[in-house]
Amino acid sequence: MKLSHAEIQAAARAEAFAMPIDQIDPATPDYFENDTVGHYFERLRRDDPVHYCHSPLFGPYWSVTRFQDIMQVDTNHGIFSSDWSQGGITISEPPPSEAPLQMFIAMDPPLHDVQRKAVQPIVAPANLANLQTLIRERTCKVLDGLPRGENFNWVQHVSIELTTLMLATLFDFPLEDRHLLTQWSDVATANKDVDPKAPTREERMAELHKMAAYFTRLWNERVNASPGPDLISMMAHNPETRNMTAQEFMGNLVLLIVGGNDTTRNSMTGGLLALHSNPAEWDKLRNNPSLVDNMVSEIIRWQTPLAHMRRTALQDTALGGKNIQKGDKVVMWYLSGNRDEEAILNANKFIIDRPRARQHLSFGFGIHRCVGNRLAEMQLRILWEEIHKRFPVIEVMAEPVRVRSTFVRGFTELMVRIPK
Amino acid sequence: MFQVHFISFDGMRRSIETQIGENLMRAATDNAVPGIDGDCGGHCACATCHVFVSAPWAECLPIMQKNENDILEFTNERRESSRLACQITMTAELDGIELHMPEGQH
Repeated sequence: MKLSHAEIQAAARAEAFAMPIDQIDPATPDYFENDTVGHYFERLRRDDPVHYCHSPLFGPYWSVTRFQDIMQVDTNHGIFSSDWSQGGITISEPPPSEAPLQMFIAMDPPLHDVQRKAVQPIVAPANLANLQTLIRERTCKVLDGLPRGENFNWVQHVSIELTTLMLATLFDFPLEDRHLLTQWSDVATANKDVDPKAPTREERMAELHKMAAYFTRLWNERVNASPGPDLISMMAHNPETRNMTAQEFMGNLVLLIVGGNDTTRNSMTGGLLALHSNPAEWDKLRNNPSLVDNMVSEIIRWQTPLAHMRRTALQDTALGGKNIQKGDKVVMWYLSGNRDEEAILNANKFIIDRPRARQHLSFGFGIHRCVGNRLAEMQLRILWEEIHKRFPVIEVMAEPVRVRSTFVRGFTELMVRIPK
Repeated sequence: MFQVHFISFDGMRRSIETQIGENLMRAATDNAVPGIDGDCGGHCACATCHVFVSAPWAECLPIMQKNENDILEFTNERRESSRLACQITMTAELDGIELHMPEGQH
């Protein structure tokens, strides 16, 4: 017999608080697929906030689970490296036979700085203002086209559609081929070791090479044209990124595609699920739509669409009373820090009018803080403003299907119905 | 009480009362001054309390530390006068300080 959602949660909670502490390995894919990882994090925050364990999938690593300790790691890039040559920014790493992707999020200064600055103008205030009208038009069109009185997958019809359209615009990518961006984003974060349904490493690399070939064509068109306001043109015309290696080119494409797509997509779904699960909060929004701005930050905290970022210690150092050795893998669990009651009042409640809602970890902090945070907030704000104008009720018809990943905290399916 | 003036990108002036020892990012967010976000809560980790400080006030500010300089490097509108409000603590000689804000915090 299949266990109910509540029964699965209760069993996980009992296990999390009963098992010997040294056996807790939060990077267990089942915990993410079943959304039970929060119980293990709660135990770790209480009993062993900087926690060492040996994962069968990812080897030995430290879990940093409290807000303040995460902040300490994130803001000390001189000690905690993001560089791909050290292991990069996720808990998993490619086998020695595979060339690692070289993206600026997985670089330390100074190379990180100049490459990041090449693309940063895409989200400068004036450019954001330009994008606002387009985002609203598209959001209205997508919402007005949704079926009424029948079940449909919110992930496919709303979250993927809106974020992929946005990403195509940022790249000035042919709209008719935009499904490729979704495909590449999913492939880029797929990990066969974690999810048996994921493509093999060979299939994954083949797909990423197709991506690089497609973008090379766009690059070649734009490098010879006058500079345009899209990401490809910005990189092609900037002296710091014009001569990137093939691994850097592919790496930065993956970074921009995943960063601009997978994250906001899952906050679009997670927000609906959170409001459905907290009907009093949805009532607050119906009665006071000016709460949308604050709610968007709360949704991003609540969802934490990237569950972690990884660093590698460049020297021996102390953290939360533990001795981290040079070369150790250190995982900052943003998802856990965002539920830390010592840093965030009532952290385990979804509260759309929460004070200081902006003080969450989902965008990271320090020099690698999310470049697109303001754009993401704007997309979510417009989505909820337009939902509010149209749909007093969106019913969630079934438990969501979650992505089997310890990195992307997301959904493949959320079946909903909008009453006629 | 000592006065701090926040001047938005489009010239709107918002004046608040502070006390000696108060953090100016915190003073702004506690008074809901639009244009100062303070996302990291004062850890010098996000640059969303970016302000421009000119003479005569600039000389009265604490020397900029490396971490403040590093994070300011990633703002859209870095200038000579750029500072983070979270790194400024109110003193008597800062009474009447004017903090100009960029077009957007990032």
